[in-house]
Amino acid sequence: MTLLPDLALVLLILTAAVWTVAVRDRRDAVIGFIVVGLLLSLAWVRLNAVDVALTEAAIGGGATGLLLLRACARLVPRPAESVLPHPAMWILTGLLCSVIAAGLAAIVVMPVEPPATLAPEAAANMGELGLGNPVTVVLLAYRALDTLLEKVVLVLALIGVWTLTPEQFWGGAPASLRAQQSSGALRLLAQVLPPVGVVIGVYLVWNGADHPGGTFQGGTVLAAMWLLVMMADLREPPEIRLHTLRLLVILGPVVFLVAGFAGFWIANGFLSYPPAFAKPIIVIVEAALALSIAVILGMLVAGPAARAPR
Amino acid sequence: MIGTATVYGLCASGLVAIGLYGLVLHPTPLRKVIAFNLLGSGTFVLFGVAARRGGAAGFLADPVPQAMVITGIVVAFASTALAVALLLRLQETGASSIETTPPEQQDNGAS
Repeated sequence: MTLLPDLALVLLILTAAVWTVAVRDRRDAVIGFIVVGLLLSLAWVRLNAVDVALTEAAIGGGATGLLLLRACARLVPRPAESVLPHPAMWILTGLLCSVIAAGLAAIVVMPVEPPATLAPEAAANMGELGLGNPVTVVLLAYRALDTLLEKVVLVLALIGVWTLTPEQFWGGAPASLRAQQSSGALRLLAQVLPPVGVVIGVYLVWNGADHPGGTFQGGTVLAAMWLLVMMADLREPPEIRLHTLRLLVILGPVVFLVAGFAGFWIANGFLSYPPAFAKPIIVIVEAALALSIAVILGMLVAGPAARAPR
Repeated sequence: MIGTATVYGLCASGLVAIGLYGLVLHPTPLRKVIAFNLLGSGTFVLFGVAARRGGAAGFLADPVPQAMVITGIVVAFASTALAVALLLRLQETGASSIETTPPEQQDNGAS
């Protein structure tokens, strides 16, 4: 098979990355970064990692891009931005970075033989769990502890963002996400797209057991639909003191922990599942996680409270 | 003979270097956050190359590094969100950087 499409894609990615770092205007830099994210998701498909491609497109390009664009709009440019370091600094940094790139390239070009792999261990788990997607098996069974801790990190990040709320606004709603000029097209899109998007999100979660997809990808699509509705000014972000909101944030980790501890009684230990019920338990945990991820991602983009509670 | 994995491995090396360059040289925090994300993306692709080469037991790519990258992408997003919130808060409090806080503001903070 010819390598030409891959080389072209790599060239595009590297050009967009250089543009992202070199361009003067920070908004252009964010747009460059979004382009890199979307191109990278194509690269992930070429690396046979469709699950990662979906995550990269949804989070790496989409959610991070929205977050950074919003930051651009709210951050006042400072005069320090025009100050550039001494040319000697550029050259020295460039040289050292090239050395690192060359070192990594050398590792890539001279691969280990035979290639290191944990695929057989992951495959050994698949038969008894009744799931067809190896990545979901690794995320929720073989390395479930990583996934659990990552959910805790998400909750901690949200708590961290919320603690940056000024004293007088505590418990209130985050700053509105609506565009400065209301756009009829955006409004129409926010009315038409969410029903379809919610179905796709739920499908990705449900389908993730056997095919590419899963909690992150589905949860991000759900979050994107919610953000779209908030951006079109059809709904305001909720107040952060709402108990329902806080319950939804911790629902996923709590269900995961309960299922994990239940493993002591019904299976071989923490985060292990009895073979007969493995699939139902995993699907319930995934559903709760997807809901929590959607709420947490949406609230992370919305940021700390910026209005006094009503 | 250069394979697909190698081509993307070289791409990842380039991304890491470009991201690191921006992280070190850009004077503004937001640009540093963007560059840091580029650096992270490069690292993730290196995992992807390892996954693709480790395809075994009937899989086209080793699922373990893939799962780690999915976890990593989500954590990178969470830390970016926290960094952006910190930047916006820094702007609200009016301090241009941690070292140059005016003395009167320090007094207010202490009282």
